[in-house]
Amino acid sequence: MPRRTDLESICIVGSGPIVIGQAAEFDYAGCQALKVLREDGFRTIVVNSNPATIMTDPGFADRTYLEPLDVESVAEVLRLERPDALLPTMGGQTALNLARELANAGVLDELGIELIGGRLEAIERAEDRLKFKEAVESCGLKVPASAIVTSLDEVKGLMVPAVVRPAFTLGGHGGGFASTEDELYRQVERGLAESPIGQVLVEESVRGWDEFELEVVRDRIDNVVIVCSIENLDPMGVHTGDSVTVAPQMTLPDEAYQELRDAAAAVIRAVGVDTGGSNIQFARSRETGDVRVIEMNPRVSRSSALASKATGYPIAKVAARLAVGYTLDEIPNDLTGTTPASFEPTLDYVVVKFPRFAFEKFPGADRTLGTQMKSVGETMGIGRTFAEAFLKAFRSRELDTGAATPWQTLLDVPEDVHPFFRREFAEIGAVLAGIGDIDALRAGDWLRLKRLGLSDAAIAAAVGTSEAAVRQRRRDCGVRPAYRRVDSCAGEVEAASNYYYSTWGEADESPPKGERPRVVILGSGPNRIGQGIEFDYCCVHAVTTYRELGYDAVMVNCNPETVSTDYDTSDRLYFEPLDTESVLAICEREKPDGVVIQFGGQTPLKLARAIEEAGYRILGTPFDAVDLAEDRERFAGLLLAHGLRSPEWGIASSPDEAVEIAERIGYPVLVRPSYVLGGRAMRVCYTADDVRDMPPFERILVDRFVEHAVEVDVDALCDGADTYVAAVMQHVEEAGIHSGDSACVLPAPSLSFAQGQEIAHIVRILGRALGAVGLLNVQLAVTGDGEVYVIEANPRASRTVPFVSKATGVELVKAACRLAVGATIPELGLPPERPPRQWSVKAAVLPFARFPGSDPVLGPEMRSTGEVMASAADLSTALDKAERAAGRRLPRSGSVFISIREPDHQQAVPIAATLVGLGFELYATEGTAATLAAAGIAVEPVRKLSEARDGEPTVVDLIRRGRCDLVINTPEGRNARSDGYAIREAAMVRRVPCITTLSGAAAAVHAIATARADQALSLQERIDAELGIAQYA
Amino acid sequence: MSYLALADGTIWPGESVGADGHALGEAVFTTGMSGYQEAVTDPSFEDQLICFTAPMVGNYGVTDERSESARTHARAVLMREARGPEWTGWLRDRGVVALTGIDTRSLVLHLRDAGSAPAVAVASGLATEEAVELAATQPPMLGRALVEGVSTSESYVFAEEGRVRVGVVDYGVKNSVLRRLAKAGAAVTVHPHDTPADELAEYDGVLLSPGPGDPEPLESQTETVRELLGRTHVLGICLGHQLIARATGHETYKLPFGHRGANHPVLERAAGRVLVTSQNHGFAVRPSEAAEVSHVSLYDGTVEGLDLPELRARSLQFHPEAGPGPHDAWPLLEAWVEEVARA
Repeated sequence: MPRRTDLESICIVGSGPIVIGQAAEFDYAGCQALKVLREDGFRTIVVNSNPATIMTDPGFADRTYLEPLDVESVAEVLRLERPDALLPTMGGQTALNLARELANAGVLDELGIELIGGRLEAIERAEDRLKFKEAVESCGLKVPASAIVTSLDEVKGLMVPAVVRPAFTLGGHGGGFASTEDELYRQVERGLAESPIGQVLVEESVRGWDEFELEVVRDRIDNVVIVCSIENLDPMGVHTGDSVTVAPQMTLPDEAYQELRDAAAAVIRAVGVDTGGSNIQFARSRETGDVRVIEMNPRVSRSSALASKATGYPIAKVAARLAVGYTLDEIPNDLTGTTPASFEPTLDYVVVKFPRFAFEKFPGADRTLGTQMKSVGETMGIGRTFAEAFLKAFRSRELDTGAATPWQTLLDVPEDVHPFFRREFAEIGAVLAGIGDIDALRAGDWLRLKRLGLSDAAIAAAVGTSEAAVRQRRRDCGVRPAYRRVDSCAGEVEAASNYYYSTWGEADESPPKGERPRVVILGSGPNRIGQGIEFDYCCVHAVTTYRELGYDAVMVNCNPETVSTDYDTSDRLYFEPLDTESVLAICEREKPDGVVIQFGGQTPLKLARAIEEAGYRILGTPFDAVDLAEDRERFAGLLLAHGLRSPEWGIASSPDEAVEIAERIGYPVLVRPSYVLGGRAMRVCYTADDVRDMPPFERILVDRFVEHAVEVDVDALCDGADTYVAAVMQHVEEAGIHSGDSACVLPAPSLSFAQGQEIAHIVRILGRALGAVGLLNVQLAVTGDGEVYVIEANPRASRTVPFVSKATGVELVKAACRLAVGATIPELGLPPERPPRQWSVKAAVLPFARFPGSDPVLGPEMRSTGEVMASAADLSTALDKAERAAGRRLPRSGSVFISIREPDHQQAVPIAATLVGLGFELYATEGTAATLAAAGIAVEPVRKLSEARDGEPTVVDLIRRGRCDLVINTPEGRNARSDGYAIREAAMVRRVPCITTLSGAAAAVHAIATARADQALSLQERIDAELGIAQYA
Repeated sequence: MSYLALADGTIWPGESVGADGHALGEAVFTTGMSGYQEAVTDPSFEDQLICFTAPMVGNYGVTDERSESARTHARAVLMREARGPEWTGWLRDRGVVALTGIDTRSLVLHLRDAGSAPAVAVASGLATEEAVELAATQPPMLGRALVEGVSTSESYVFAEEGRVRVGVVDYGVKNSVLRRLAKAGAAVTVHPHDTPADELAEYDGVLLSPGPGDPEPLESQTETVRELLGRTHVLGICLGHQLIARATGHETYKLPFGHRGANHPVLERAAGRVLVTSQNHGFAVRPSEAAEVSHVSLYDGTVEGLDLPELRARSLQFHPEAGPGPHDAWPLLEAWVEEVARA
């Protein structure tokens, strides 16, 4: 039976901002679901607060709502749109939890909305530990022995070592391993606080057992297929999101694998998932073969995205079709076209996934891996052998120089890794050590090295020569890669697959010889802090645009979470590392008319020179313009030549020299190593001691820090001569807070018309001077007395591109792509430049709760993982909604704790006065309280932790007891163990919004005072309104 | 130099990790990702050279219990990446030629397009022209009767006790079939391929086993099956299925490159459900609209099962016993024993 005819419209809930444990995989899932549902003629409605997603593009659904993902907002959307059904299995845990809450609140019944893709009972059975245990045991299987704990009193007498898992949290958030009773007590306390239902599971530790995952799909007539098996190299105890994993499983004999397969089928049946996919995790003792069922996700997941990319079997797509009534035998396999979705994929290659960590961003944080996920992104490598796939994923991580990470080197193998993998690593090590003189290597020798997966760079490093020299020698011997297809069937069925990976010493499966010109678009690699899915958004738009313009769009990327690595997106997909060797080899094969490097963040820029030197044309802004903008000295020269102001600066090669420069240009100064991105290791220094305190770097950049300045972000389009200023945005937090972490407002509320004009003028000068063709992002600072400084210019896609596109309705990437192939600004037919009528706010989401030990305070170094967007008719309402969407609901009443660093005390007075006027009670530490009291503001002083006395509560106690509804705390120093740190950590644990900048506080208080209840409006309606006004203004 | 030579003259270089010398047979591929030892010891692979599409073979070693028969039947194994030393040593000890480093994906695409081919796997000692000639002079698999060479020559009891007495006709039976039968509660006796129908009819149920080669030349066996049908319960698996099909007027033919793997979807017509099955056959029963067709390949429409209630016979082209492969169809074997027990 084909699709259900009783449904017409379906609402899909996304997963919200990118957080650790919920990343781009749900954008991928949402997009796939939307694609097939629309093909089937359903009216689709999307709710997701994340503007950087493709699924929230106006063209992807009939109606799109960028609204907070809470019951209040989603219920409002459902009331407005009245869909027939809600599909909650595409948006991760967030969507699933929301669906439960909406059902429990009676909203779904009230509106007559059916939950499809997952029945409520099945979701409950999979998620509730006790019910899950019953379901598993009902099919004769075991879960680890366990006890449900809802209060600390129940901890005594439980077994250790044990694992603590809070119910209903993201990625095992708030959980952990305990080997002593003391540790257990602490873990349980934390877990109870994190679990929205105040329930944790304390269970038998299976640490050191092997971990396997199976991706299972089941339809309504009980057909079950196992899409993929995944084996974790890091054994049990390490969250699967933090584990290196391999597919298919490598170490189990058939009978043991089939036992897991049977168990997976039994569990999905017992739990009752009957129209969709699930991920089921198993622990298996290497010694005894005992199996425990660890957990199940009754929805698409990070692992299902990985499995889809690993096998070519699109789980989310299939799950969406199953949800609307199809059965597995009715759904065709995309890649073969002839086999049905009930044909289980079989692999003739190996896939390895590597987690990408960012511990360097969180000094003081515990780096031990455990049951709580800490990685921020992932890479995937495909090869014909384990070693080849492993080494591809390993090198795709693009680690920052000097950043410490698990699996740092090939010698850095965790304990308990299966001997099979150890042997593989030993072989790699032995071969690397025995390469010898590369001039003596013959073709066969080269082939042996390359077939093992060793990159030219790795060989060069092993023998102490340059990568270019290695490549030259290798190519002289005629050794070049071949490309193979991912076809889901190991070649058994003819498949017109466009999905490729490289290997060595085999025949090449040539792509079709098309007549159309080709572009190669380079992706952004693993998600990391500072380079997130906004770049994937840009790449996908670039692919779409070039296809529309008549090009074959060839995508290169190595991030399995993304939409860009969906083979459905591009004409051809190369799942390959984004390094010089791989990209040049692909260019050599594809012979593109142009290579697109503007949209993948820093990753493709690093390759630009090599690409140009190899004779390929870079589309859009030439590499030299990028270099001109990035090279400090060249850029300073350019500014000077055009009479543009920038903060004074200097480069030092020693701490003494840095102090010298700082003294010359005047404090405060911004100090950082010269090579870094994303503000890594950047600090604002107020004294010579601060400067000397910096870790030693070879080259230190010292910039004058423009204090109390408004920071402005501009996205523009350039054609080499003309410039179109698409958006002038203002950061809520002032200069000194990384732009990626600051809330961002469009239009800029603090700028006068004249200032706006001046900024646009500066951007036009820069566009022409740089020779930018395509996107240009400029960051500026406007001081209190109206002076405008240029901070930096980046002639490429910026983090704000999706936000601006959604706020203004101008498709920036599309325009940039057209410019890159020769269109001029006037030819684009863009709406007139003008600030948008509606107010849009982008707010950052920070992962501090994942990194206990690291101070949760904003600073010059970017640390947010994702963002949300909200729009409204006025700024306060938009800001209030954005904060709510970011999980920091601003209180309307209650108590506020204020503690401001000494130099800023006076500035806190108006903020405090407003709060009191709104009826809030204030608490403050002694110094702040004295200033406020002196200004006639009612405030209750409270002790700092360091002033603690018996019997009197400190501020930390106050927060812990839930007596504060908002914390405003600006940091007084860099001492991570300061009182401020204790306050901020307590707020984080208690989930009280904590604002760490004065400008942020002022904006928040203004929003509390004036935000209104604004009706949700779809993005399509908003854009129509914007562009309509623009056209007829 | 070590290599595989196909009769069409193509040469596939590799590296020898098994026995010396060379091995003649039909080059075929299997897409199962695990179960290499089971495959090599499966009598249905008699006189074949198995190319594994699985990227790495030998990862988890070998163990006696995994063997599907007393000896190896495949003449050679062709791998992209062999993992030793247990597995490769085991192959060497058993005289199986084993080549690693073969461009298996290209070989598979070639066999898929050109069909399974007579071939020779050369570990050492044979020039390529000689090898190609040798490969080409082999008789094709079409028309070859192979059961005599793999069947037991004497009857033997596999399981004494049981609620039903099942006689198994050994055309190349796998241990998994016998084990699953015993596990389902059958007393199992195994008979040579040429056991007369009268003798078999004494059993509560007769299982016609899987086996190698073309069913068409097995005229006397087909005649025995024809005589047997209707006299007791009969279940045919794989070659057994093909013999029942031929005995009841269906046609068999050689598939271009066979079905070998662990992921083949089969539609169970009565229930409308899909079974993910373990398959290993180079010949098949031609697609048919006949009512007795109980199972159909979702892959090419070939007949995957017959249900002949008036003859008390059923048959399955795929392997419900698995070994290797998914256990989805285990219940079919159990249900048959149950059916025999109830009768």
